[in-house]
Amino acid sequence: MNTPLVAMENVTVRFRGAQTVHAVNGVTLTLEPGKVLGILGESGSGKSVTLKTLLRLLPESRTDIGGSVMVDGRDVLALGPQELADYRGRVTSMIFQDPMLALDPVYTVGEQIAEAITRHEKISRREAMQRALELLQLVRIPSPERRLKAYPHEMSGGMRQRAMIALALAARPKLLLADEPTTALDATVQIQILLLLRQLQRDMGMGMLFVTHDIGVAVEVSDRLAVMYAGQIVETGTVRELISDPQHPYTKGLLAANLHGARKGERLEAIPGAPPALNEAPSSCSFAPRCRQAVEACQDGLPPVVTLGEGRIVRCVRTEAALQPA
Amino acid sequence: MLTYLAKRIVYMLPVALGVSLFCFLLVHIAPGDPLTSVLPPDASQQMQDELRKIYGFDRPLPVQFGLWLWKAVQGDLGTSIATGRPVAGEVWRAVGNTLMIAGLATVIGFVLGCFFGFVAGYFRGSFLDKFASMLAVLGVSVPHYWLGMVLVIVFSVQLGWLPPGGAGPGGSADWKWDWEHVSHMILPAVTMSVIPMGIISRTVRALVADILNQEFVPALRAKGLMDFGVFRHVVKNAAPTALAVMGLQLGYLLGGSILIETVFSWPGTGFLLGNAIFQRDLPLLQGTILVLAMFFVGLNVLVDIVQGLLDPRVRRR
Repeated sequence: MNTPLVAMENVTVRFRGAQTVHAVNGVTLTLEPGKVLGILGESGSGKSVTLKTLLRLLPESRTDIGGSVMVDGRDVLALGPQELADYRGRVTSMIFQDPMLALDPVYTVGEQIAEAITRHEKISRREAMQRALELLQLVRIPSPERRLKAYPHEMSGGMRQRAMIALALAARPKLLLADEPTTALDATVQIQILLLLRQLQRDMGMGMLFVTHDIGVAVEVSDRLAVMYAGQIVETGTVRELISDPQHPYTKGLLAANLHGARKGERLEAIPGAPPALNEAPSSCSFAPRCRQAVEACQDGLPPVVTLGEGRIVRCVRTEAALQPA
Repeated sequence: MLTYLAKRIVYMLPVALGVSLFCFLLVHIAPGDPLTSVLPPDASQQMQDELRKIYGFDRPLPVQFGLWLWKAVQGDLGTSIATGRPVAGEVWRAVGNTLMIAGLATVIGFVLGCFFGFVAGYFRGSFLDKFASMLAVLGVSVPHYWLGMVLVIVFSVQLGWLPPGGAGPGGSADWKWDWEHVSHMILPAVTMSVIPMGIISRTVRALVADILNQEFVPALRAKGLMDFGVFRHVVKNAAPTALAVMGLQLGYLLGGSILIETVFSWPGTGFLLGNAIFQRDLPLLQGTILVLAMFFVGLNVLVDIVQGLLDPRVRRR
């Protein structure tokens, strides 16, 4: 087995402030080169924070990060300022949720892409612009020559996201982080962007971490899935395993709450309640208050990590109980 | 961009016309006849009537306005009642003088204001921010004639480094760009620069704070830019607004500060305006206000154009 592209080991993220927020509480995940891991969870589950940790984009002065983060053999948390800047964009790059906000409004798209290239490669501005043009062709933007000189506000949402993808690919990264890249887009554009991302990821052999709250989107692009809740991964497995045989009650709830496969006239099932406030680190199962299958043991401590198979993990007391011989 | 430019210039015309009408009327609304103050109290009625005729004060107001405007467009702003010299020459000389210290004041104010603004915006909430903000508030709220006098006391009277007032040994008529003359500009310009410094620094601080909170900043870091690379983007985003504020401040300063120019006996527009008011010198007053207002309108157009050049989003409006 070759070394994984990403190896996060028991990562914790806390935001200090008037109130401490325990955003990520012991995340362990691995990603093989060239594979896609979908991270699924609702707002505030810590999925975006997990992603940003991989680029160390969180405000350093207010953030404590624990555990270890290895990407392509580098200890990301130990990188110095220069090494970190060289790593960002070159090894790992990111596609942001809303391209309108993530692109600088006063520079042309071409300039912004070229800037990412010249930052990491010693080539002239003209060559960089040429490469930027090729990238725009790669992400299949209509009339790319014109878009090169366009400002973000002159493009449609779908085109902006394509430009954002081109920007992320500018320095040929090994790992692509996608933070809900289709959430801000129309449904018809969403699927185009998903297919494009999936194809580019395969063609370029990149690893990809894809964060989304939409289970349908996650299934579309991912090889494997990780379900996050309250800053922890509660279940991982291949897409097939998770869809056909979900173990954690939260995963089951997410699947039941989804429109896909719902029959007409049938009530959609919602998960009752809301995710917990993360003012302190969880000491027992965070999902128990909303869980229909909760038992007393759920309150006794953090749920055990149950390994069901290679890369198939569930954090639930009941799964453990079911495995034990009666 | 060309249509944007043309639009800006066309929009300027009605404003300019309105402004000229307004400053014509403003002077005529004021009570009292402009001639009474220059004439000896025992002047005969016949003499008064004759003079009125010469200056055209006997005609109906709209005709007076039309004639005045027609001449003004050709560069003739009439004759000063107090001195008998053409107004245009007086105004231009004063504008030139004010422009020198106002320009220097704007440059000082802009450079310092941007510096403090960037420092404060980058280190929000820190000691540096509070210090810079304190300076800015101080700059806008300190009375300027007082500050001017304090500067004179310190730098002219006590230290003897800089002259306390005037426009140099040869005066403004015989201006040379040598130290003897330029040294006279420094104190008035520094005094004048305090307001724009404060305003620009507050504006830039708010701009920088807002820009740094936008999502494209982490996105820039995500592609590997370091502090300086990000700074370039912040500057380009802040520039349109900062320059617009600077342009407007230059416009205000062009009106000259009567108080500052009086404290330093600087022969600029403020000085001229003050004299014109006290002597009820109507043509001079009108001419000065008109020229200043036109400068202000022109500056506004210039600001619009520069903003359009720097910010692509403005051009489409």
